[in-house]
Amino acid sequence: MNSAIRSGTFVLACAVVAAIVFAGARAAGNDYVFFAGYTVLQFIVLATAWNILGGYTGYVNFGSAAFFALGAYATVFFHKFYPLPVPVLLIISAMVSGLVGLGMGYLTLRLRGAFFAIATLALAVVLQTLVVNWNYVGGARGAYVIRPAEVAGLSLPYIQYLFLIMLALAVLAIATARIIERSKLGYGFAAIRDDEMAAEASGVPTLRLKLIATTLSGALMGMAGAPFPYYIGYLQPSSAFALEYAVNSIAMPMIGGTTSWVGPLVGALLLGTLQQVTTVTISSAVNLLIVGVLLVGFVIIAPNGLTGLWRRLFSKQ
Amino acid sequence: MNAYTWRALLLAAVMAVPLLAVLRDAYQCVYFSPYDLLLNAAMAGALLGGFYTAVTVGVSISFGILDIVNIAHPAFIILGSYITYFVTTRFGLDPIVASIIALPAFYALGAAIYQLYYLSFEKRGQDSLRGLAFFFGILFITEVGLVLVFGVDYRYVQAGYIDTSWHLGVVDLPLRMLVPCLVSLLMLAVLQLFLSRTFTGRAIMAVAQDQLALQLMAADPVRIKRIAFAISIATASMAGAFLIVIQPVEPSIGREYIGRVFAICVLGGLGSLPGTLIAAMLLGIVESFTATCIGPSWAPAVSFGLLLLTLAFRPAGLLGR
Repeated sequence: MNSAIRSGTFVLACAVVAAIVFAGARAAGNDYVFFAGYTVLQFIVLATAWNILGGYTGYVNFGSAAFFALGAYATVFFHKFYPLPVPVLLIISAMVSGLVGLGMGYLTLRLRGAFFAIATLALAVVLQTLVVNWNYVGGARGAYVIRPAEVAGLSLPYIQYLFLIMLALAVLAIATARIIERSKLGYGFAAIRDDEMAAEASGVPTLRLKLIATTLSGALMGMAGAPFPYYIGYLQPSSAFALEYAVNSIAMPMIGGTTSWVGPLVGALLLGTLQQVTTVTISSAVNLLIVGVLLVGFVIIAPNGLTGLWRRLFSKQ
Repeated sequence: MNAYTWRALLLAAVMAVPLLAVLRDAYQCVYFSPYDLLLNAAMAGALLGGFYTAVTVGVSISFGILDIVNIAHPAFIILGSYITYFVTTRFGLDPIVASIIALPAFYALGAAIYQLYYLSFEKRGQDSLRGLAFFFGILFITEVGLVLVFGVDYRYVQAGYIDTSWHLGVVDLPLRMLVPCLVSLLMLAVLQLFLSRTFTGRAIMAVAQDQLALQLMAADPVRIKRIAFAISIATASMAGAFLIVIQPVEPSIGREYIGRVFAICVLGGLGSLPGTLIAAMLLGIVESFTATCIGPSWAPAVSFGLLLLTLAFRPAGLLGR
């Protein structure tokens, strides 16, 4: 579709689209647009991050919520310890979650398929229990993080600032995913997904590649979580570690298609927007039902997602 | 030093501090607590383990024998709880009797789900990744379905034995725990006899090992797997009744059991029902001691920590093949 476009041009194009999105959201002149848009963008980052591990290498991660929550709790920790600007927190969260991702990859490198998925789920619960019992970051009671009204220096409402940060993160995540896809790394990942044994036998350093994938994926998810406490204002373990994040970050790439960066983007835009609409018009329980039904429907009827359908319909014979 | 040793060392180093703290607490607790407290903790753990056996046995069959990662199993257990609740409050039946009446319905549900799973994934030779996502979706559909029908309030049932307790010396035996534990052990024994003595049961054990050989013995692997999966879902009806006898239930409570169930299943060794029993007892007792000595909020970390350690060091489990 666009294999001729170079990575630099691609990033530039993403930035232009992002600028248009931000200008459009400002033109709407309504704060709700930013609140809803933030959530959708957050899902774009989470879905793209999940896809780097789940879609490219074929390792299903049920623990997305844990990495997301780690990023969020790193923010809470530093908010209490010494308030830092959000971009610095992003880097810290990325390091924390990336390290945990590396550790997880190291611990589970022998596990395949379902065992890996279950181990990630277990990791999420262990981390949640640790946070619940850690008083400094609020424990089970949760922690308040008061959002400033405006960013110091810039005359920008804080929610627009957070929106802008998430927009930049989405660009970063998508650019990372696309660069990986077209690089030696991406081919290595695909080799692992298709046949790990054969990949290993033909000299692909499967262990190192898997560790790179878990680290990158974890770091991006942590970054998605870093601004979350400022967005939500009150963070408690059960909302940060919610299984909803896990199911969404799996469902969105599955619905969009897992083989390229387009899939998670399309899936997150579609499902994220749909969820915002149903939450407002019907109820938040129903939006989970929609995620579940769409996920089951797509894996049965269109196993390659929307991009797969698109390719089947419009590809030239 | 191979990669395996390095990993063990790294893991030991990372976990050393919390592990030592926990061990110290546990030692002090065991050393200083009155013995009746410890006896009661052990008994409560064993009773809990009996209940965990019932919760896990379905996954031992579907995941352990059939290689179907039914991550939605705990959701079906909660469905079982709500069916029990409905039948018990409507017709005034005993909860466990109600769940036995519901068995055929759950069996049929299991057969239907397997048929869908077979046609969509196994027959097409799709990778297990999509099968996992499928069951993850089913989990949420079941859960939200229950929320929409019954609401998010806690529900509980009444039965004669729920509020009584027997006493053996200093040890309390709450019937609320004892009855589910005994019925669940009975269920496990029946299943084990079925799997080891009948033709269908042996065919189920064989389907995990060699489908082709099974076909040569004139048994249809798909039919055998459908029966086995249907049985695994049927056990969820019983486990659901036990759960609502033990504690009030709300739709999303099943999530707490996802990891626990797989921890027991993997720890016991895939596809081994005696292994399931041993692992369930072990987990029940360890959780009970953790709750008594360190605090209930640490109990989930114990089971999952145990699971992570098992997966890292002995993926075949205690009585694994």
